[in-house]
Amino acid sequence: MQRIALVAGGIAASPVSRGFAASSGRTGRVVVIGAGFGGATAAKTIKRWAPQIDVTIVERSGEFISCPLSNLVVGGNADIRDLGFSYDGLRRRGIAVVRDEAIEVDTVKRAVRLSGGGVLAYDRLIIAPGVEIQVDAIPGLDSAEAQSRVLHAWKAGAQTLALRRQLEAMADGGVYAVHLPLEPFRCPPAAYERVCQVADYFRRAKPRSKILVLDSNEDILSKKALFLAAWNGQYKGMIEYRPNSELVEVDAKTLTAKLLFEDVRADVLNVIPPQRAGAIAARAGLINANNRWCMVDWTTLESTAVKGVHILGDATLSGPAMPKSATMANQHAVVCAAAIIALMHGEAVNPRPVMANTCYSFVDARQAMHVASVYAYDRAEKTMLAIKGAGGLSEKASEQEGLYAWGWARNLWAGALA
Amino acid sequence: MRSIPALTAIALCATIGAAADAQDLQSTRGLAATCAACHGPDGVSVGGVPPALAGQDKAELLQRLKEFKAGTRPATVMHQLARGYSDEQLERIAAYFSAVAAGPAPAAPRAGD
Repeated sequence: MQRIALVAGGIAASPVSRGFAASSGRTGRVVVIGAGFGGATAAKTIKRWAPQIDVTIVERSGEFISCPLSNLVVGGNADIRDLGFSYDGLRRRGIAVVRDEAIEVDTVKRAVRLSGGGVLAYDRLIIAPGVEIQVDAIPGLDSAEAQSRVLHAWKAGAQTLALRRQLEAMADGGVYAVHLPLEPFRCPPAAYERVCQVADYFRRAKPRSKILVLDSNEDILSKKALFLAAWNGQYKGMIEYRPNSELVEVDAKTLTAKLLFEDVRADVLNVIPPQRAGAIAARAGLINANNRWCMVDWTTLESTAVKGVHILGDATLSGPAMPKSATMANQHAVVCAAAIIALMHGEAVNPRPVMANTCYSFVDARQAMHVASVYAYDRAEKTMLAIKGAGGLSEKASEQEGLYAWGWARNLWAGALA
Repeated sequence: MRSIPALTAIALCATIGAAADAQDLQSTRGLAATCAACHGPDGVSVGGVPPALAGQDKAELLQRLKEFKAGTRPATVMHQLARGYSDEQLERIAAYFSAVAAGPAPAAPRAGD
């Protein structure tokens, strides 16, 4: 049985020393908050590479539901049960999985307080909180009722299924409108992928229906030519793209998006609100970029605001041209895990980490396309920079890449959870 | 007396050697991990797509990586990714995966299983 460092009596009473107890043979204790792609991969990688380190991961959900491929559920091209995983693989590796919510971090005493009353002491803390969807920031979306009518479905799970049900209930000839926030936000290409998935469903089941893409940005943010090839190809005449669509207010009763210069009524209105680092990052004092994101030292993923606390994934202020993607979270996790092990062993940290990103988007049930990049740490710029001449896009979406996309997802899931 | 500095020097060399090895392992393992997101943890690919890298012959794997980099081997994405690595890095990646045992890859356990 893995020992869980639950300390009674609150943060002030935490007796755990910061020094590593060499006499016990232990080389330290890592606590991870959040078992998404970043947190779970980091926990697993530390345990795999340094089994003697105690690793405890705190997660409020009982199971993992993958955002990658979840647009296929929206389009009726995958079953959400194929995207749901348990945390038993982490337990089998000797990681303590605590189902609870971290509500407070004492970065001086190095302890995490849980909503269930427990306290976890750490030598190093990893916070991988994902994004907080700022639904309340949109006038008209500040009630539970409004939020149940106008979905974001930007975290896979109940909202994904609810959006699917709305599309199924819509009559043929209806309008699906999706609104995108200004970048940066979680996985921009997923928004355009969703448009393809809804179009694929409409083409099959509701061919007289239309799609409106209301984009706050001035242009398609990712894989532009590839998405346009689908929108002007197999989905010709179904999709209207409107850039610079600033959202002022939502009327959830009439499903109207009130833009700066016009009101747009839809039969299914899907608003993706602006996002920021997950709430625990703010409570731990880690948010230090634009009041939304967390800056890190990219050689360790350690917060630039608080020593001993590492932050991963979508919550970071991404490097230039680095997307907020599951693959990037996986890569953050591996670099962070290696650095934490080195730091705990008193070894030097790799001064020039390398990361790679490959993200697939499906344009229909079977054809996918990718964007890929390789990044290396730049000592002068103190950030990860894309290596010039490397990376690129698919020439076109294909079924072969659709198979690779499923394989990529399976391997990302395994990297986090197996 | 003269043997003491010599011993110290040997011990120092060993320490530096070990540190260099640790650094090397860390950096090589880090490079290999950039492949793992798609090819599976340690290159052991769930379902074998994209192909497993674990346990491959070092020379063959390196040859393929160099052909991807040179653009002489057809690919969907590898010709783009391979250009992000130096030949020396590709060699370390090939050496790393050739030393990993090929084997059935554990898939992430399904919820409710």
